[in-house]
Amino acid sequence: MRFPGQLWIGAALSAVFVGAALVSLVWVPFAVDGVEIAARMQPPSPAHPLGTDQLGRDMLAMLMVGARTSIAVAIVAVGIGMAAGVPLGLLAAAHRGGLLDEVVMRANDLVFAFPALVIAILITAAIGPSALNAILAIGVFNIPVFARVARGGALSLWTLDYVLAARVAGKGRLRISAEHILPNIANLLIVQGTIQFSLGILAEAGLSYVGLGAQPPTPSWGRMLAESQTLIALAPHVALFPGLAIVLTVLGLNLVGDGLRDHLDPRLRRIG
Amino acid sequence: MALKPLVLCAAMLALAPGAALAQRTDITIGMQLEPPNLDPTGGAAAAIDEVVYANIFEGLTRYREDGSIAPGLAESWEVGDHGLTYTFHLRGGVTFHDGTAMDAGDVKFSLDRARADGSTNAQKALFAGIDTVEVVDPLTVRVTLSAPNSAFPTNMAWGDAVIVAPESAGNLATAPVGTGPFMFADWVQGDRVEIAANPDYWGTPPALEAATFKFISDPTAAYAAMMAGDIDAFPAYPAPETLAQFEADPRFKLLIGSTEGETILAMNNARPPLSDKRVREAIAHAIDRQELIDGALFGYGTPIGTHFAPHHPDYLDLTGLSGHDPDRARALLAEAGVAEGLTLSLKLPPPSYARRGGEIVAAQLRRVGIDTRIENLEWAQWLEQVFKGRDFDLTIVSHTEPMDINIYARPDYYFQYGTEEMQTLMRELDLATDPAARSEILKKAQRVIAEDFVNAYLFQLARTGVARTGIEGLWQNAPTQANDLTGVHWTE
Repeated sequence: MRFPGQLWIGAALSAVFVGAALVSLVWVPFAVDGVEIAARMQPPSPAHPLGTDQLGRDMLAMLMVGARTSIAVAIVAVGIGMAAGVPLGLLAAAHRGGLLDEVVMRANDLVFAFPALVIAILITAAIGPSALNAILAIGVFNIPVFARVARGGALSLWTLDYVLAARVAGKGRLRISAEHILPNIANLLIVQGTIQFSLGILAEAGLSYVGLGAQPPTPSWGRMLAESQTLIALAPHVALFPGLAIVLTVLGLNLVGDGLRDHLDPRLRRIG
Repeated sequence: MALKPLVLCAAMLALAPGAALAQRTDITIGMQLEPPNLDPTGGAAAAIDEVVYANIFEGLTRYREDGSIAPGLAESWEVGDHGLTYTFHLRGGVTFHDGTAMDAGDVKFSLDRARADGSTNAQKALFAGIDTVEVVDPLTVRVTLSAPNSAFPTNMAWGDAVIVAPESAGNLATAPVGTGPFMFADWVQGDRVEIAANPDYWGTPPALEAATFKFISDPTAAYAAMMAGDIDAFPAYPAPETLAQFEADPRFKLLIGSTEGETILAMNNARPPLSDKRVREAIAHAIDRQELIDGALFGYGTPIGTHFAPHHPDYLDLTGLSGHDPDRARALLAEAGVAEGLTLSLKLPPPSYARRGGEIVAAQLRRVGIDTRIENLEWAQWLEQVFKGRDFDLTIVSHTEPMDINIYARPDYYFQYGTEEMQTLMRELDLATDPAARSEILKKAQRVIAEDFVNAYLFQLARTGVARTGIEGLWQNAPTQANDLTGVHWTE
């Protein structure tokens, strides 16, 4: 699916979400630990634009701080994946067919062979649920993704003339990887990073949903959804808004990812 | 062709009234927790008794719905020798589900087995006062106590004191054999336990021919199963927020009653700063019980001020001692020297009263300057870390055993109180046979633990159940952990 302006629609959705998280650092409409039973499950009103939840907390404030939780987890998880995965991928490509390549790629296969969410549940069950452990669990599964993307991109570059020229000039493999290969696969990594970022948000929501993500009272979209399930007939907005937040954010980031790929890849760029 | 489904629907509707004429003789009961085994004499889990009590197994005496004690396998009993001997006269013609006869030998075997040194009975204290058990004749048993204990017939009504046969006692965990109106049929682990009517039952045969206990731990799934009609009754329904919908729906009725569940914010009395009574008192004053009941249980619950059931005649209303008073709480914390930066762990088991209640308690504590680290635990982790390991500061849990104030006399119990004073009181209680004297001691004990602020006493858990209209005879109250199906029947 591709349509004009998807990058901008995606960017706008993502900006709302990142903006909400950033604003929550300095200002939230209400304190998220402000339990007020008398005011629970109120429908949206001027005082509470998105209503209140089952403990009387302001939904807008909860969603804003929840966005922060999601972003923090996803950014660090992508960071872990990039920091470890990209060098491994470059290294494997530089030693194509060698022992190093083989070891890195088979280790990758090994991680890929396990369903990510199951391992994430295993990790958090073993060392206890917390936002930090969720980051770790999600981050580990980003490593092979980036390693593969980096290796694939690098392999196609290694056959090009300018790389050959650099080799003839006597540059070592590591230096070529850093100076010539990495800048030229950056666009691939940025696109993949955006996609992994949205998957990270989804994974955090999933882990929180089953109680293995950020612990209360830290707001988290997944847990908000889980806790409001039985209320859906009583106060639909309590379940609706966190669900919408997850959907729109993931949609926005995916549109950005697709849009960026089109934009950065000259072969896919539209004429006109 | 669009007509065809419509015609079918009409045909089915026409059939429906005819089908309803035949009363159903089966029932599916929903339960949140699955029992780890089915041996009430070898496990502490409430879920065991909720399946087997009064259905599969029976004791010498039994609980009635109102909490009183009725004859069970013992038709009658006499107290002699100044309260030291109990002579039980057993019913004749009672057989176990495997066909063997129940007689005095089985009673002696069951009681001796429960109190033996190697016994795995979860409530050995019930049998601790027994000195000897003698078989007088096949239908008469004499139990001699080492000290008078007026509560002995009550002890014998517990699920842990049911009568089992030596032939089958070894396999009760997976193949329970008792004397009750229902026989064990099947256990699909992780899903359900099925029982079927016992054709040779000694008493009034039950109206039901078969019953299924279905285990659904997730409140949302429980709500969906109830609404879809997969479950006929959920006596301890876990999603109180949806009760209003069931109340408004003519297909269902609510079963609201009381339980023996004193729900407390338990504090680790052995660990500083909670070893300081002023800190515990401050926490008690920080709690707003009504807000907690409204928020966590949607109004279903009774505030308590001590560890005692409000429906019990000896209950003292001591909620005033620990009324909601944040200013007093802050003053007490300052006095104890922990006003600044006190952070306590708050470990929460899965039930919604604990999880949702925990967030409310955390907010209330924050208002007086106490920060909490909430940790949501599964039951197995909670038992391991909190109950056995005593590695916690605060936890919220409901104590569902009847008459369990004696846990405050046990220094090794998880909240680690057990003072000399309480131990003496509980010893006196065991010895007292005069009801007035017992009542005095119980009231004194309630006051002692309330004034010592051992735990923050929150509320008595209400029994909030849902059932299809047309089911009669289910227990509304829960004097003990049970789903007694003997009198359950459909009226439509």
